[in-house]
Amino acid sequence: MNTPDHLRYTKSHEWILFADDGTAKVGLTDHAQDALGDLVFVNLPQVGDALTCGEALGDVESVKAVSDVYSPVTGTVKAVNEDLLDTPEAINSDPYGAWLVEVENITDQEELLDAAAYQDHCAQED
Amino acid sequence: MARLRFAFFVLPILRKKGSPIKKTPLYDRHVDLGGKIVPFAGYLLPVQYPTGVIAEHMAVRTAAGLFDVSHMGELVFTGPDALKNLNHMLTNDFTNMTDGQVRYSPMCNDAGGCVDDLIVYKVREGAYLVVVNAANKDKDAAWMAEHLFGDCKMEDISDTVAQVALQGPSSKEILLKLVGEEDLPKKYYSFIPQITVGGIQCLISRTGYTGESGYELYCAAGEGPALWDLLLETGKDLGLIPCGLGARDTLRLEAAMPLYGHELTDDVGPLEAGLDFAIKLNKDDFIGKAGLEGRLPLTRTRVGLEVTGRGIVREHQDVYIGDQLAGQTTSGTHAPFLGKAIAMAYLSPADAAVGTQVEVDVRGRRVPCKVVPLPFYKR
Repeated sequence: MNTPDHLRYTKSHEWILFADDGTAKVGLTDHAQDALGDLVFVNLPQVGDALTCGEALGDVESVKAVSDVYSPVTGTVKAVNEDLLDTPEAINSDPYGAWLVEVENITDQEELLDAAAYQDHCAQED
Repeated sequence: MARLRFAFFVLPILRKKGSPIKKTPLYDRHVDLGGKIVPFAGYLLPVQYPTGVIAEHMAVRTAAGLFDVSHMGELVFTGPDALKNLNHMLTNDFTNMTDGQVRYSPMCNDAGGCVDDLIVYKVREGAYLVVVNAANKDKDAAWMAEHLFGDCKMEDISDTVAQVALQGPSSKEILLKLVGEEDLPKKYYSFIPQITVGGIQCLISRTGYTGESGYELYCAAGEGPALWDLLLETGKDLGLIPCGLGARDTLRLEAAMPLYGHELTDDVGPLEAGLDFAIKLNKDDFIGKAGLEGRLPLTRTRVGLEVTGRGIVREHQDVYIGDQLAGQTTSGTHAPFLGKAIAMAYLSPADAAVGTQVEVDVRGRRVPCKVVPLPFYKR
């Protein structure tokens, strides 16, 4: 399982990358994509939508499973990765490149884990 | 993600309360190969290997895949009245079968609903092998024991048998590396009972549940792992890979083959499912005949849906025509070979015409679909 050190993680298996300008990108972890299997559909919010930390921002579907994706932060959607609508499998092949949404106006965040803590969390879940 | 909403193969209802979960003779192989193990129909089986459902599905459509189907139930019927019993308990007619033939049949309850669907192998006069769904095996055995009559014995040999399915266009070439052309059943739905494959005594049938050409091999449970290893090793240069339950389901769905518990249930019978080819209402009386006749004309019929909007339709989702609830889906997935989302549903015959536009309620979102002919995929 790949867990890059420069990212922060949620217990519900999203990653978040904060930028210097206060925005952040959110995606699904390597562990998440592996557990879900081949992804075939993503349902993303629209630019301008309000996100609340801990609530679903969209969902992803693999051949065999459906899963909500939870927002690690409260804010508004600055951009969505529309490429994923046609190529959801990019989440499998490059989970940390295939961001789902970019969030701005961030006012709150969930408890976030560093890479080591997230690895421990995954190990406990298995 | 931790709150995974539907994992379609971890269906607790299929796990009988109180009965311990079983392993097939190939369980250790699945673990060694990195299979993701899930409980299914009372057995621990791989839903997929590290290759993933899509690659496994595509291997079967373009090369070959190997499935452990040892969880299937095997019942043997012997005795002078075996044929009469099968003709009485099942909807198909087995009278004109020759030795070495295989025939599909639903098994109905009195109301014309479905107890199970199964396949019958005629070994010789008075000796038949009946292969049933794992989840229904105990129910079937009890139902059939209750209805047995005359000089006919039924024996459940499931625990002594390993069964693997070698499916895909390269299946024959793979087997021909191990046996002669004359050792392979030529016709679809035929079998040869005693063929030695690498020293292992097998029954080989040209059957399957993928919509692809292929074979199913039965052997003694203890020899299952050796047969599995031999086939995988022999076929690897021809693209053979192990496949799990996930691909088994997407393959049968593309081929529009019914799955008990989805397209067939105690309530929804073979007539609604469109299995007329396996229902012989003109033969002597059989269990469910009056019930089946009482269902005509049908109030619902099985249809294929193709998603024309965005999304994936799954089982048990409501189908609408305008504001009117028109039916419910029974299975649905992303179809890997076709590259689109498909589903099966029951609709009124009046709504079932190919081209009819419908919407499916996918977790609160209406997804446009249209009725398409079945099967979705035909080789």
